[in-house]
Amino acid sequence: MFADRHRWLALLGPVVLFLVVWHVAVVLSRSLIFPTPWQVAAGLADLARQGLLVKHIVASLFRVTCGYVLAAALAIAVGMLIGWFPAAHALLNPMVQGLRPISPIAWIPLAILWFGVGDLSPIFLIFLSSFFPMVVGTAAGVMTIDRKYLRAARNFEFSGLRLFRSVVLPAAFPQIVTGMRIGLGVAWLVVVAAEMIAVNSGLGYLIIDSRNAGNRYDLVVAGMVVIGVIGFLLDTLMRGLERLDEVRWRYET
Amino acid sequence: MPPKIDVRGVSKVVRTRAGLVPVLDDISFSVADGEFVAVIGPSGCGKSTLLGVLAGFERPDAGMVRVDGEPVDEPRRTAIFIFQQPSLFPWLDLRGNLLLALNGASAEARQQLAAPYIALVGLDGFAHAFPHQLSGGMLQRAELARALMVKPEILYMDEPFGSLDALTRLRMRAELLRILSRERHTVLFVTHDVEEALHLADRVLVLSPRPARIQAVIEVTLPRPRVLSSPELLALKASLLRELGVDERPVPDP
Repeated sequence: MFADRHRWLALLGPVVLFLVVWHVAVVLSRSLIFPTPWQVAAGLADLARQGLLVKHIVASLFRVTCGYVLAAALAIAVGMLIGWFPAAHALLNPMVQGLRPISPIAWIPLAILWFGVGDLSPIFLIFLSSFFPMVVGTAAGVMTIDRKYLRAARNFEFSGLRLFRSVVLPAAFPQIVTGMRIGLGVAWLVVVAAEMIAVNSGLGYLIIDSRNAGNRYDLVVAGMVVIGVIGFLLDTLMRGLERLDEVRWRYET
Repeated sequence: MPPKIDVRGVSKVVRTRAGLVPVLDDISFSVADGEFVAVIGPSGCGKSTLLGVLAGFERPDAGMVRVDGEPVDEPRRTAIFIFQQPSLFPWLDLRGNLLLALNGASAEARQQLAAPYIALVGLDGFAHAFPHQLSGGMLQRAELARALMVKPEILYMDEPFGSLDALTRLRMRAELLRILSRERHTVLFVTHDVEEALHLADRVLVLSPRPARIQAVIEVTLPRPRVLSSPELLALKASLLRELGVDERPVPDP
């Protein structure tokens, strides 16, 4: 009980301190534009009352889900090929390594050219951004499988699909999950940028629209707060995956 | 009756950074069905390479290995390799590992099979333990249980107890003999421990330093259970050590 209360205090203390410093700084600087925490909270309540908050959150999460799930499906398959078959590695790895350092933001003009204005452009950008960390994680996971497990699998005459399903996939799974966690983090960063350009809904749109339509910086910061909270929740979800038995063995000695 | 394992003129050269190193040089011997043969030799002499070739993990450059008259080209589940580092899959519990080894068997057959083997190796109550929760000795027992699950005809054991402490090693030897008295297998057992070889084997092959050749063959006809301190075993130990170039007689004072 006591330890629990302690943990909450340790978590809440810094947040409260931050809000106080923020408030004092705004008041002292006499800024007319930058909102106080209280104004941001009021802005959030306003958005919630109008139903806009839920609408924008759902729009962003929808795009992230589409792009991310597509990317995960393709990246895990391609990553396993790259990790397992030297020919696939020779052919695909240079492409992956060459495209990976290009910021997804740089693809925005091409995304609009190819997919126009609408949901498809941001979904494409999210797909791109989360695809690479997951490909790299999966390929590394397969390539670093301890040879003694593959030797045992060979001895027990595992081959083809059974070898992949029963040995290669579970052996690489912890690193696949790490790639998925990084991928989702990047996807959530990119959706905000993508929504500032190509669409008229979502949290990125909320931020840019609040600024353009009357310098509503209380709503700009409110949008940022919501992005932060949801990003944190998504990462917590992925950290939950890392606690599965199928993943944890990798980190036990 | 043809021998269980027949090794004829096996040679192998291994490519290292220092160039081509001949590791096995014209090795021939055969092993009868149900026989326990220990292979002993100085470290780095190519014992493990020899076992790898026998089990089909590596190919010889010359010569041939036959099991039941059939040339060996790939590892088979009829001949399970157990080595020093346990290779149970860490993402499965003990029972899961044992059942997975029965690749292809029907679900009901599998359900009934794991428990007796877990009991056989003395791991009752650990069916749901993960490999990282087991000690070194327990892991080797589990490894043995997984191998026995598929009812192999041959066990290739490459210093299986090499990383265990001395006491656990002694206990594991007794366990192995007890298990083999229940389920007969042909065993090839690589070790660098003279006492271990004499404790377990019907026959000991002594390999020369690299490139390995068969330098001597010592028949161990002592009845089991063998007493490590018996004069007969100590005499065999002395001759085996001499064969390996280690003289146990005290150095005379100058």
